[in-house]
Amino acid sequence: MEPFTTLTGVAAPLAMINIDTDMIIPKQFLKTIKRSGLGSGLFYELRYHENGSEIADFVLHRPSYKNAKILITGDNFGCGSSREHAPWALLDFGIRCIIAPSFADIFFNNCFKNGILPIVLPQTEIDGLVAAAENGANATFTVDLEAQVITTPDGGQVAFEVDPFRKHCLLNGLDDIGLTMEKASAIDAFESRQQTDQPWLYRQQDQPE
Amino acid sequence: MPQPRTLFDKIWQSHLVDIQDDGTCLLYIDRHLVHEVTSPQAFEGLRTAGRGVRRPEATLAVADHNVPTTDRALEIEDEESRIQIETLADNCEAFGIQFFPMSDIRQGIVHIIGPEQGFTLPGMAVVCGDSHTSTHGAFGALAFGIGTSEVEHVLATQTLMQKPAKNMRVLVEGDLAVGITAKDLVLAIIGKIGTAGGTGHVIEYAGNAIRALGMEGRMTVCNMSIEAGARAGLIAPDETTFNFLAGRPLAPKGDDWDKAVAYWRTLPSDEGARYDREITLDVAAIPPQITWGTSPEDVVPITGRVPDPADAADENKRQAMKRALHYMGLEAGTPMQDIRIDRVFIGSCTNGRIEDLRDAAAIVRGRRVADHVGAMVVPGSGLIKLEAEREGLDQVFREAGFEWREPGCSMCLAMNADRLQPGERCASTSNRNFEGRQGRGGRTHLMSPAMAAAAAVEGRFADVREFL
Repeated sequence: MEPFTTLTGVAAPLAMINIDTDMIIPKQFLKTIKRSGLGSGLFYELRYHENGSEIADFVLHRPSYKNAKILITGDNFGCGSSREHAPWALLDFGIRCIIAPSFADIFFNNCFKNGILPIVLPQTEIDGLVAAAENGANATFTVDLEAQVITTPDGGQVAFEVDPFRKHCLLNGLDDIGLTMEKASAIDAFESRQQTDQPWLYRQQDQPE
Repeated sequence: MPQPRTLFDKIWQSHLVDIQDDGTCLLYIDRHLVHEVTSPQAFEGLRTAGRGVRRPEATLAVADHNVPTTDRALEIEDEESRIQIETLADNCEAFGIQFFPMSDIRQGIVHIIGPEQGFTLPGMAVVCGDSHTSTHGAFGALAFGIGTSEVEHVLATQTLMQKPAKNMRVLVEGDLAVGITAKDLVLAIIGKIGTAGGTGHVIEYAGNAIRALGMEGRMTVCNMSIEAGARAGLIAPDETTFNFLAGRPLAPKGDDWDKAVAYWRTLPSDEGARYDREITLDVAAIPPQITWGTSPEDVVPITGRVPDPADAADENKRQAMKRALHYMGLEAGTPMQDIRIDRVFIGSCTNGRIEDLRDAAAIVRGRRVADHVGAMVVPGSGLIKLEAEREGLDQVFREAGFEWREPGCSMCLAMNADRLQPGERCASTSNRNFEGRQGRGGRTHLMSPAMAAAAAVEGRFADVREFL
């Protein structure tokens, strides 16, 4: 995973509540067996007409935001399906930080596994950031994960919270599985204890019928 | 005296492998269900890192999202779907995981076959790369959906890194009236607490209305916990649970069964256990529930009208309502029973079980689907289909003008060929009414199987109580 330290770029405002993962990446893009290349499907039905032509006024098609690295959005972002294709699509498009008043749990979790930083801020702070982001290409934000501060285009600073362990993993680009593998002996011990207490969990039953 | 604990606390604490100083827990996972859409990249990750599957025997795989529901003897037309299903079969072969192919009578929707086989048991931690894993909470198992990176983590280590969730109790009292089902009950809950109402929490459903439900109904309730934003849904195991599980192929047998039941009886929340949040709902008087918009929280009674954005609580919600009305092609104030439909879908991990099919068949028996409506029934598994055919339900549906299909996720998410055309309006027993969920431009209204059946007959939304 690519480490996340500081991120400087344009922020695209998408002020809608309850943006679900079907909206972030529709089903037709879930048939892939790869992680890459999903950026073209990001927000597909918001971005393209049925005939495939661009919906010009969708925020990510407006010239100022074509290279956005940050998304500022509404409550409960990423609700619905657990599809990790949603963060993969955002990442492939170039977005590495999402700022919202709240996120759905599974999506929030999936972001950290892919080097994306989801930031929770109160709606009043979000309203200010959206207003600043409306300035388009000139509106460059910097997100400093180490310092836990967002610097706005006018030089203002907004502090944010992040779970310390997740921060550590993002800053260092750590692979969760590698970390857990180091605890193999604790997993072994758990399994032998559980096998004694709940032997039925380990019995090979009849083959399913 | 020990601190009283909730059902969630007990399962959580009994699965802790390790706790870091910052509170991050390593949680042991007893059972892992795998399907074709969210697993290929996880297996690819294992291969790249040279890792194996820690407990293949604790893992069960099936293809459900992409499978055609038409003649299984034919090759799958969509090449990408076919490749994804073949990839799952190949990965299971390579890593020694049991896989139910499409030709197997046990094939079906992953959240239906787990309970059906006795793979899901009380007190377990169960995961799957699918948000509707919450279904399995009906057995008193901690069951939740995960992303593909976590699927890979569980395959490799049989554990997950997690922070504990908060405890929330939804107390549901009152006897459901005739014609009102678990689906109406859970829609009423989501309508009340909202689509983010359970975020960060595990919801334990309790109260006499929950105890009175059979396992199928309990699965419907827990299934839609994710639609309330909850990490998981839970219902304490009881005699109903044990009776359902006894004799299932993968359930414990003999001495093991007795020991297991004795353990399962210790799981229900202790008297005086503390919840971070509690909600009470009296369902004795609720009419059938139906959604009007594009979020599962957009719930109204069938006797109600399409709501007016002018009445929204805040500006963000008002904008969302306006957008939903536009997408759904509806006008505020329209009585729900005046809305005409084009399609009916009965199936999904929410409502594709035998009891659901019986409920719907009871309404359509001796009646006809309206001329302008296309209606289909997709059983949740091959075994459910077989049972329904044994009971003659397939004949009831066919004679009424329904299509009787092969098992799979089908038009719940429209990854296979079953989908709505733009502008088509569907009475659906599935779980999500998001924009484009059942096909681009498709308009989904969520409801119970009996209500969907009544809508099929009337050609518009109808109050199922008038059919009883």
